[in-house]
This record gives sequence, structure tokens and C-alpha cells, in this order.
Amino acid sequence: MDLIIETLTKNAFVTALAVTGLVMLFSQILSKYLTNNKLQSSAIAITLGLVAAYFAGLYTNGSKGISDIEIFSGFALLGGAMLRDLAIASTAFEVDVKEIKRAGKIGIIALILGCVIPFVVGAGVAWTLGYRDAVSMTTIGAGAMTYIVGPITGTAIGATSDVIALSIAIGLIKAVFFMIATPLLARFMYLKSPRSAMIFGGLVGTTSGVAAGLAGTDVRLVPYGALVATFYTGLGALLGPSIFFLTLNAIF
Amino acid sequence: MIIYGTALLAVSYLLGVFLGGLLGQILGVDANIGGVAIAMILLIVGKEMLAKKGYLPKSTQFGVLYWAGMYIPIVVAMAAGQNVVAALSGGMVAAVVSVIALTATVFVVRLLNNIGNDYDTFTWDDTEEYRDQL
Repeated sequence: MDLIIETLTKNAFVTALAVTGLVMLFSQILSKYLTNNKLQSSAIAITLGLVAAYFAGLYTNGSKGISDIEIFSGFALLGGAMLRDLAIASTAFEVDVKEIKRAGKIGIIALILGCVIPFVVGAGVAWTLGYRDAVSMTTIGAGAMTYIVGPITGTAIGATSDVIALSIAIGLIKAVFFMIATPLLARFMYLKSPRSAMIFGGLVGTTSGVAAGLAGTDVRLVPYGALVATFYTGLGALLGPSIFFLTLNAIF
Repeated sequence: MIIYGTALLAVSYLLGVFLGGLLGQILGVDANIGGVAIAMILLIVGKEMLAKKGYLPKSTQFGVLYWAGMYIPIVVAMAAGQNVVAALSGGMVAAVVSVIALTATVFVVRLLNNIGNDYDTFTWDDTEEYRDQL
């Protein structure tokens, strides 16, 4: 038994890969049998990760979630900023430049509004609830964009881990909401044509929420929404720590 | 070779983060400004250039796509490493920010799509759609 623990601890990064794989598998099973594939397995897996981090935090009183437990210390590398940013950059590889032109002007307008609106709302609510410094307000506002933009922005401008975690939680609520509610609100949002799906993808932005939500509405809409949403994270990651942060920094 | 793809990604990433840091220095903020997004743009440009010259075989592409596939697992690992206990102490903040931001987003989608005004008139051309999905 000791040898097993020693092996897992000494090879913590490999252990983290194995554990993450198991979590993904478990989430896929939960998604299939518990929610009939309505809730995407990635959203379940991320939620499980946050839950694990919560209990690990209670147990260790540390600030790094599950990676404060020695056997899971590999999560600090696997989920750290370096590999995360590398993986995010790699998703751009599947973007086709010709497709950018097809999305056209309305897609760009939707994208920009899609970044500005949640950011302004998020930062504004953060201010009214007592987060008065520009760094925290920016990070929370960025979290209202996506659960990726939040931590990227937070890390770049030096936010504390609890504010970064908060921004992930906000982004996650957004992703899960649109996965579940898009089919229900499709009529209300006039969501039917490719053009409307592009507008939707640009405004909502969170890729998993857009893809899963549109799949539940009409599968034919998915590529159009995902096409625009692919740019959202990049644009958010560009605007968050730059223009948005500098603006708030100048005001507060 | 698979490493060529990963190296292309790595070089784009490093350049992007370097330029993002440089931009931060120029603007006088102690932050990396859009390094990841610059890396994404560099990767797209690099890919287009290599593809045009025919230097992008399947194995090279796979060296990048592997990391794209690792995106969600890495995000899961990231979530597991966060200070959630501290975040939940401000749990109301997450709920309030989310509800207001979501409502605003839904209404703006409705507004923009209403301006687009093709909900009643639009019908799918099924034959064309099949081609698109192939």
C-alpha cells in the first residue's frame, strides 16, 4: 500500500493525467445516464473538479485545491497556467481563415458586444458587492465572459486565487445555463437561422455552452455558432488584461 | 514528425507570450497583454503558410491537435486546483453576477436577432446543408 502511494506521489504529473482521465470517463457516464446527454460531460467534469477542490481546501486549509494534497500535486502542473495557455492557443489551429469572412460584420459586432456586456455587468456587480479594486473587478468581469477568460485575465494582472476561483465559478454557471436553457429560450431569442446562430455564438461565447446549447436546439446550427464562439475566448483573453483592465485601472 | 506540429505550437506560444509581455512593458502595466491571443493568431498564420507550401502532413497536424484535445482535461485539472473554499465564501457574488450577465446576454441576442428579422422567413435548404456537414 505504501509502495502504491509512493509510486503515485513520485510520479505526480502522470498520476494527475490518469486521475483526470478517470474523471472525464466518470463525467461522460454521468452525462449519458443521469442527464441523457443534455448536460455536456465537460461541464460535469469541471464541476467535479471544483467540488474536489472545495473538499481538498476544507481538508488541507490550503489555497491550491486538490494539488495541496501530496499525491495530487501533479495537478498544479497539469492545470497550471503554462499547459492551460498552450492548450488554448492550440485550439486556434482548427480555425479556417475563410470561415472568418463568412461570419461577417454581424458576427464581429456580436463578438464585441458579447465581450463588453458581461464584462461591464460583472465588473459593475462586483463593485456594488464590495470588490472595489480594479484587479478583482476586471477578473470577475472576465469570468462573466467565460471560465477561461476569467483565470487568464486574473493570472495576467495578478488577482488572488479566491477571485480567480470566483471568476471560474461565474463562467461555469454561464456555460451550464446556456447548455440547458438554449433549447428552451430558442424561440424567445429568435434562434433558427445560421445567421442567428452566429449572433448567438458571438454574444454567448462560451464554446461548450454554445455547442451544447445549439445541439439541443437544432444540430444544423452548431457549426455556425461554434465558428464565431471560437474567436470569443481569444478576443476575451486579448481584451480582458489589456483594454478592459486599463480602463478600469484608470477609473478606480 | 509529430514534434514539428508541437514545436510550431510551442514557438507560436512563446513568441505570443513574449510579445504580450513586451506590450505590457510598453504600456507600463505589469501584465501579459493578450499573449495567448497573439499566439493563436501566430499559429493560424503559421498553419496557413505551411499548408500553402504543402508542409503540413497529418502527423504534423496531430502534434497540435493533441493539445487542442487536451484543452478540456487541462481545464478540469485547473478547476481542481483552485481555491474554491475562498470563492464560496463570496458565493452570492457568483450567483448575482451570473444571473444579471446571463439575462442581459439573452436579451441582446433577442434584440440583434430581431433586427436580423429572418425567424419567420428562414427555411433550411436541406440539400445544401448535407454538403456543408460532409
